[in-house]
Amino acid sequence: MSVSSQAEPLHFALIGTPNSGKTALFNALTGSRQKVANYPGVTVERKSGMLQTPGGRSVNLIDLPGTYSLRARSPDEEVTRDFVLGRFKSEAAPDLLLCVADSTNLRLALRLVLELKRVGLPLLLVLNMIDIARRRGIDIDLDKLSAELGVPVITAAAVRRGGTDDLMRRLDELALATEAARAEAAWQPPTAGELRAAQREADRIIAASVRTPAAPDTLTARLDAVLLHPVAGLVILLAILFVMFQAVFTWAKPLMDQITAGFDALGVLSQSWLPEGLLQSFVQNGVISGVGSVIVFLPQILILFLFILLLEDLGYMARAAFLMDRIMGGAGLHGRAFIPLLSSFACAIPGIMATRVIDNPRDRLTTILVAPLMTCSARIPVYTLIIAAFIPDKTVWGFASLQGVVMFGLYAAGIVSALGVSALAKFMFWRESPTPPFMLELPDYKLPRPRSVLMGVYTRAKMFLHRAGTTIFSMMVLIWFLASFPRPPEGAAGPAIDYSLASWIGHAMEPVTKAIGFNWQINVALIPGMAAREVAVAALGTVYAIEGGKENAAQIGQTLAQHWSLATALAVLAWYIFAPQCASTLAVIKRETGSWKWMAVTFGYMLALAYIAALITYNVAAALGAA
Amino acid sequence: MRVLEPSMSEVVHMALGLAHRGFRGRITAISAAAETSGVPADELERRLLELGFTEGAQVEILHEGLFGRDPIAVRVNDATVAIRRREAMAILVS
Repeated sequence: MSVSSQAEPLHFALIGTPNSGKTALFNALTGSRQKVANYPGVTVERKSGMLQTPGGRSVNLIDLPGTYSLRARSPDEEVTRDFVLGRFKSEAAPDLLLCVADSTNLRLALRLVLELKRVGLPLLLVLNMIDIARRRGIDIDLDKLSAELGVPVITAAAVRRGGTDDLMRRLDELALATEAARAEAAWQPPTAGELRAAQREADRIIAASVRTPAAPDTLTARLDAVLLHPVAGLVILLAILFVMFQAVFTWAKPLMDQITAGFDALGVLSQSWLPEGLLQSFVQNGVISGVGSVIVFLPQILILFLFILLLEDLGYMARAAFLMDRIMGGAGLHGRAFIPLLSSFACAIPGIMATRVIDNPRDRLTTILVAPLMTCSARIPVYTLIIAAFIPDKTVWGFASLQGVVMFGLYAAGIVSALGVSALAKFMFWRESPTPPFMLELPDYKLPRPRSVLMGVYTRAKMFLHRAGTTIFSMMVLIWFLASFPRPPEGAAGPAIDYSLASWIGHAMEPVTKAIGFNWQINVALIPGMAAREVAVAALGTVYAIEGGKENAAQIGQTLAQHWSLATALAVLAWYIFAPQCASTLAVIKRETGSWKWMAVTFGYMLALAYIAALITYNVAAALGAA
Repeated sequence: MRVLEPSMSEVVHMALGLAHRGFRGRITAISAAAETSGVPADELERRLLELGFTEGAQVEILHEGLFGRDPIAVRVNDATVAIRRREAMAILVS
């Protein structure tokens, strides 16, 4: 081994079937030394992390999307194939493939190993979740298995402390041997006949080296008897979603109150420390009340992600897809679209990226088109602000909070409209083409690992705060500028904001927005709201703060309650169910569909729906006397 | 390919797509017809094989969906796979 290669990090790749615990192993091996946060739901982004072998070698480990075969069918699986075959121009093929397998479910993994052998790269089979297999009495003869496969085999328990020690020790040996183990690349997409032969061979190897107890795991079967029951299963799924949204409201409340109090204190502090004038206005109205009004939603976003990550790790998400397949199928959506759409409740961006697991282009496009209709966490600030200001805080039906019920209704409106749009798209564009297949492995239930879940939630928190610190902050500066300049002339009457650019823009839009009950202040907030929906809240805060003075800054909700009619408030809620107010989402749609056309289609149909919904809501509410 | 009622399943081939919950049997053939699914027959056949639906594998229908008893959750040897009845028509069992 030469000196230069000692210094260069080696490139190892993790590959495996879905649910093999690959990502848990990746987390265990690389810890917090990961590059690029992953999005929830599924492993779609290219994730890499550095690790040090006990012998001191640096290894750059890459976590590839799960696949049953290199015969890629989805964009997600294409990434895996192209990376393994060294087809990416930017990076060389890995030095070593670590094929991860669930020790309790080896059948499909061993067939994949046989296929991977043909790639010609050094290969190691990692039997993950060996602790669960042993507990169930599954006895694997490692030497025999290794000899039969012609591939080194090592066990691991990614979620246990010290569960990857053997693997780490082995990596040193393998690092030395990687050059020697390289063979000729002979991979071709397997034919049906080759798949059959390979599976027969894998079954033979399992029969020769694995002894399974007569009584299999029954916990999953017993749970599924209830959770996959045609009626009870659906009821439980709805109940889980309902609890999730109630939790987002009630659990987050104390923390949010503290954050608000903290920012209020900061505002008071800045007021007393800074001299009256532009700088004070900038720090207090632009920075503190602007950024603070967004960061206050961090607890809610974290609770939502906590639920999604827990359900994912439990193995429940695949069940939800099973339960929802027929219902979504009626609307022209694929059962697999459930996971991307559920992720879209957190944020449409990871949701749209998660559609890469959908192999059929048509299904994928439909899912991308409707994903932004799912109520993302950026709408939460807008919804909660308006709900808190206009919907009385009381208990209905003896147990549910009315505000929570309204929130649930807004979520339901998003879901129903997504199903409607997708059914319409199917009817308009794809009436003739047949429905593509739905096939999904239902993994055994597993207790979520607290460490892995917390790591996921932490990543999300970091991303949100990063966004709050960059996009949202810069938008707030812009809004403060628009609302503060030009300065009013000497001796002018009325609030300073009436002379500003913001007022001019807001008034210019009034002819269009008058019909839906929006005043010029809302119009101003809509513009920076294009960058991110939650900015609208901060923008309203800034606009009203500059208009009304300091006492308005802390209490945006009360200010709104004084300035808006109920009809206007409801129209804003209706607008936000549909409005395409997120530049990043539109950018991701452009990237994922590779076309400006679909981005324009999304923007156009959502804007039209938003206007119509707000128009109807405002006029109906006004007719009922809410104006 | 003969498709017969579940009552005669002990003796002859039938499509897994027609079987009821609780059905247990062995796969005798994977035989995808072009009109079975939204993907070409050869592609469907390979996808089924990759999910472990191979000749000789033991299958049992564990669960059914609410509407039209679709999709179905099938135990294939030691794994569970969700699949629509439409695609399960290509799996012949006895």
